Formats: sequence, structure tokens, C-alpha cells
Amino acid sequence: MKHRTFFWFILPTLSAMILFIALPIVSVFVQSLFVEHEQVLLVSESCGPFGCSPTTTVDTEATAKLQAEQPLGRFNGLGTYINRSHLAFAEIGEAWANSDSLGDFWAQVYNLPFYSALTFTMAYTFIVTPLVLALGLAIAVGVNNLPRALKGVAIFISLLPFLVTPLVGSLILFWMVDSDGVIGATIQRIFNDPSLSLKASTALTWTMLMVYGVWHTLPFSFITFYAGLQTVPDDTMEAAQIDGATKWQRLIHVIVPHLMPLVSFVTLMLIMDNFRVFEPIVSFKAEAHAQSLSWIIYNDLRESGNPLYASAGATSLITIILAVILMSPVLVRTWRDFTRKSH
Amino acid sequence: MFLRKIATATAFVGLMGSAAYAANCGPEGQSIRILASDFPAIHAVAGAAETNCGGAAAEFNTNHTTEARSIMNAALTPNPSEYTSVILANSTLTQLMNDGLVRPLNDLVEKYKDSIPPNLLITIDGNVMAVAFMANSQHLFSRKDILEQAGFEGIPATYEEVLEAAEKIRAAGIMEHPIALNLQTGWNLAEVFNMIYLGHGGEFFVPGSAEPSINNEKGVAALEVMKALAEYAHPDHLTHASNETQGLWESGQAALAVMWGSRGAPILDDEGSTEEVTSNTVLSAAPTVGGGSIPSATLWWDGITIASNVSDEEAEATFAALISALTPEMVAANNDDAVWLLEGFQPGPAAAGVAETVKGGAKPYPMIPQIGLLHAALGAELADFLKGDESAEQALADVEAAYRTSAKEAGFLK
Repeated sequence: MKHRTFFWFILPTLSAMILFIALPIVSVFVQSLFVEHEQVLLVSESCGPFGCSPTTTVDTEATAKLQAEQPLGRFNGLGTYINRSHLAFAEIGEAWANSDSLGDFWAQVYNLPFYSALTFTMAYTFIVTPLVLALGLAIAVGVNNLPRALKGVAIFISLLPFLVTPLVGSLILFWMVDSDGVIGATIQRIFNDPSLSLKASTALTWTMLMVYGVWHTLPFSFITFYAGLQTVPDDTMEAAQIDGATKWQRLIHVIVPHLMPLVSFVTLMLIMDNFRVFEPIVSFKAEAHAQSLSWIIYNDLRESGNPLYASAGATSLITIILAVILMSPVLVRTWRDFTRKSH
Repeated sequence: MFLRKIATATAFVGLMGSAAYAANCGPEGQSIRILASDFPAIHAVAGAAETNCGGAAAEFNTNHTTEARSIMNAALTPNPSEYTSVILANSTLTQLMNDGLVRPLNDLVEKYKDSIPPNLLITIDGNVMAVAFMANSQHLFSRKDILEQAGFEGIPATYEEVLEAAEKIRAAGIMEHPIALNLQTGWNLAEVFNMIYLGHGGEFFVPGSAEPSINNEKGVAALEVMKALAEYAHPDHLTHASNETQGLWESGQAALAVMWGSRGAPILDDEGSTEEVTSNTVLSAAPTVGGGSIPSATLWWDGITIASNVSDEEAEATFAALISALTPEMVAANNDDAVWLLEGFQPGPAAAGVAETVKGGAKPYPMIPQIGLLHAALGAELADFLKGDESAEQALADVEAAYRTSAKEAGFLK
């Protein structure tokens, strides 16, 4: 394609992407560099139906004046990025100096909200992504080998988890694993332990969230691989068969290499999806045991009443940077394939 | 049941109809737009205001949503603002006042003072910022039959007695987890700490400043009590909020619970539970703790505020309409929906717990601008202690560190 044609072809998409993706990210970045003005506090007395008590209030006039002078707030540079709620450089330095073993150091780091959330987010991404890839391929191959009459039904059933809204799907599972629910009560009976609870243990909560994650994203990788399987050339398969390759060898040496571009694509999508894991944590009320980076953003914007925009902005940008780092091996690989083919 | 609802509704409309003649609705032809939480008592007030003054207004809209707290600042910031009034509570008032989004009501109160009992005015530094109409607080729910069966006499009055009774119930083999508490990680967990900490006589901040002051022996004592209680609570307690604890109670799976007063009426009614549970449920004051004299609870009020960014006429019409709803007739028609602070309220069994907690001198939830930040820090950091992953001192140090970080960002600390 000529560069000129390509430019006009991509222009609508490009302008929408700049307007709705690039500019908001720049705006979030700018906001994350500022913190709110110093609040001018007045000591006063508040009275109500339960009596009077001393209190403080914000001097809104003085604050409004500060606001008018500097609408963005006080410039804080990268201060928000390195405070205790985020990268916590000072706290980590202190932990390093004060800990006598690596385990002790890690315990202190894990106690910091950002690192505990990062740990869960990473663990979730690195466990769920390969499982979904492998299981998706397995189901696709399985369905592909079914007799024609059964295929339609099998595809429909395999797609079902994807049709359920994440919030609703996780809520249903949350009730099922309750100690009064179908799964929870069965597990209690199997292990003969009436106080066994999936929601009360960190390890079991993590497992539950990851099982949910696999269940929910599996259809995506299944349907993509199934579509890819329809394009495997019959001649190559026949040739392999004549060469005496077993079914397993044909899968590993013919089908998987043929599907590699799709594997890259699915891996990219899964990493992005899994790295922003959020809904199941809210639906499973799992905050005590597992927090993710997205959950921290949500919490900063919501929990304290007056939202902490700088904090949320900083976490958002760190999340974006980490997601790009995670995806870079796959991106580099795709780029290499692309340049090799074009020469 | 259906017939009863119809009958109540008719009685309600009839009463309001007669009141409409008397109502003073202020300037006519104004637009009245109310943002409010979504529970029956608030519906009653907003509904009565609409019945009284909806005709005189050009427009009367009410948005009842459980998300009121999270949208109200954004909705009131533009001029003219999206709503002319927010019906809110102690903690949410400070959230709006921090941004200067509600107006002082002194002149309006002066104009309509005949309809407003002075004890309902919420004044801050001499300015009336809200008019309260109902109270809420946490308090103790007990099953007298189970306490009796376990050999505990009377109703526990202190947390030490609650623990003793729970141990007796467990030892007697009646229930393994007799205690129910709203310990869901986040806001609820922090609120349990707040009430037990206040019961110990604790202060959240160094007076007159935004410096936190919870990492002390009272804070540690409060956490130790929470841990002891959690031992007797359902293993999933870190996921339990009001709906779950009410469910446990109504299904007869708990014998001692600290829940919100607003759950009293739904628990005592004839829906969702058995006669055995409802007839043996006793509502009493929140327990005292650690030898303290006041109930360990936070008192809350719900009340009326008027937005800053609306015209004076709209403000007056909204105020007049809402004040017109605070009549003995409205209270009579909705008596059991709330602990009304209004004339004509007949405290029934569902209100006994809140009434005793107020009488016992429990502290109101603090109306301090930076309390939301501390509350959020408590909610995020205390779960580690209850899970047994860290010491009480470490948990409180974490709370203070988390609070300091966000308070610096919000401009409360340097």
C-alpha cells in the first residue's frame, strides 16, 4: 500500500485513538504530578441532636482562592510515584536496612499496598495466561475432532462463560463457594471440616480467583484457536501422516507452529486482560486476601470520599508501563515476524 | 401482606393530602431536585415532600441511589448544580463541606423556624449546615432463648460479657460461631474499629490538627477486642456486611450481633425469618468495653442539606418542601422505618437499641474533614491483623502511615 493511501486509511482510527486514548493518558499523567492545595483548617464547634463537640472545618473561601491561583494544585513532581502507596522507595530502603534475612525483607515489602497488589496481579497474569492458552488449544483440538453433528452444541457450550458479565459470573461463583453454597458445602463434606472456608484463607482465595479467571477467559482462546485450526492445510497434514507422524507429533510439529501468530495474538490479549484483573476481587469480596493494581485505583477514587486523583493517576501510569514491559517480548517477536515476511 | 401495603399506602396518601393544605411551600414554580440514599425512611421523607409541594413546584425529581455518596460531589460542583438538595449523613456532610458545596441555612431556618425543632439543627461554627430528622447507630442484638439455654443470665452489657456469653454458647454446643459483626474489609471493618475505639475513649486525631493519634494502647485494646470477637464469628467474617449479618441472624445462625439500628425493623418483621428467631430477638444498647461508661457505637443522623450552586429561590423552595415533610403525620405513617428525631415518634421494639445507645451517651461519628481518609486507611490496613498476619501495633502503624500518605496528597498534612 502507498504511504499516502495508508495515511488516509488509518486517519479516522488514528484520530480517535489520539483523542480517546493518548490525550487522556497525557492528562492523567499531568494530574498525577500535582497534589491538592494545603487545606486551610479552622477550629470550630459542631452541634447536633447528640450534643456539641469541637471539630475542624475546611476554610472553603481560602481554599477556593488557592484553587483559582493554581487550578491543578501544588506541583509535586514524581513525589506521588515514590510515596508509600506506590513505589515506596524510602520504605523499601528502610526495610532493606532493618531486615536480617531475605524473608524478613520480603515480608516488609509485601506489607506495602502497592507491592502486595503487584504480587497478586503478576501471579494472576502468569498463572492464568498459560493455563488459558494450553486449555484453549486443547479444547479447540478436541472440538475440531468431534463428529460434525456435535460440533455446534460443543462450541455453544464452550462459549457460555464468555457470555456471562464478569461481575455477574463472579457473583454467582461467590455464592456457590459460600459455606452454605453448593461448592463450599461439598468441599466441607469431602474434607470433613465444617469450618473450612474458601473465603477465609489467602491461598484458597487466590486459587478461587484464578480458577474463575481461567473459566471466564477460556472461550476467547478456544474460539480463536478453533478458527485457526480451520486454516491448517490438508496437504501438510497428509504429508506428515505419510511420514509416519503420530497424532501427538502432528499437533506439536505441524499444528502449533502453524498457529504461532495466533498464539502471539491471544497471549497479548490475555496479558492485557489479566493484568487489569478487577471485577472478581470486588464480587468475591476478596480485598482482605488479594488486591490488584486496578483495585487500588478504584479504591483511591472511591473510598476516602474526596477522590485521590494523583494517587489513582500514578497507579494507572505504573500499570500501563508494567503492562507494556510484560507484553514487549511478544511485541518484539511479532515485529520480527513482520519484518522478515516483508523482505 | 399486599392488602396491608395498599392500606398503608392509602392511609399515607390520605394523611399527606390533608397536610397539603397546611404546607408552606415557599416560592412557587421552582425546580426541586433531590439526591438521596435508597432506604425506606428517606423514601418516606422525599415522598411526603413531593406530595406536599410537588404541585407548587415546576419540577420535582428525586434520585434515590445507593451510590449517592460517590456521585454527590461531582453532581453539586457545576453551577447550577444537578441537585438542589442532598439528603445525607454525618460523614457525607463533611465530604460536601470540604468542597464548599452546601450552603449555610441560617436565613432559611429563621424563616421556617416554626416547623423546625431547634435540637435538629446541625450547626458548625454557628452556621446551620443541615437539619437532621432521623438517627441511626450500631447496637447489640441478642437471642434471649439461646443465652438462657447456654446459662447466661440477662443481656450482655459489655463486650467482655458478650465474649463470655459466646464462650458459653460454644461450650454448650449450641453454636460454633454465635457472634455476627459487619467485618467486611473496607468501610465496614474500619467502622467496627471506630466504634470499639470510641468505646475505649479514644481520639482519632491530635485535637485541632490532622495528625493521627490511633497508634496507642486504646487502639491496641480495640483491636484485641475485635480479634477476640472474630474468633467467635463465622469464618467468612471478612466478607460480611449488613446484608450478610442480617441473613445469618434471620436464619438463626447467630445469637449475638452488633448491627445497624436500621436493621432492627426488617429483622423483627414477619418476613425472612422464623417466629422462633423474631420473638426471641432482643435489641439493646451497644455494649461498653474495657471498663468504659459509654456504649461502643458511633451515632449517625440523616438530614437535609441545600446545595450552594443553585438560585436562592430554588434553595428556599427545596428547603420548604423538605421541611414540610417532617410532620407527625409522616412519622406516624412510617413509624417503624427509622428512629425518627421528630415529634410524634412512638419508639417501638425496633428502635429500642438505638434509643438506649443514644441515652447511654455514645459518641457521634466525628464530623472532621479528614476523617474519610483515616476511615479508608483503617479499612485497607486492619484486615492483615484480623487474619493473624501482623501484630496490632504494626497494623496501627500501617494505618497511620497509609493515612499520612493520602492526607499529604489531599493537603491536610505537610
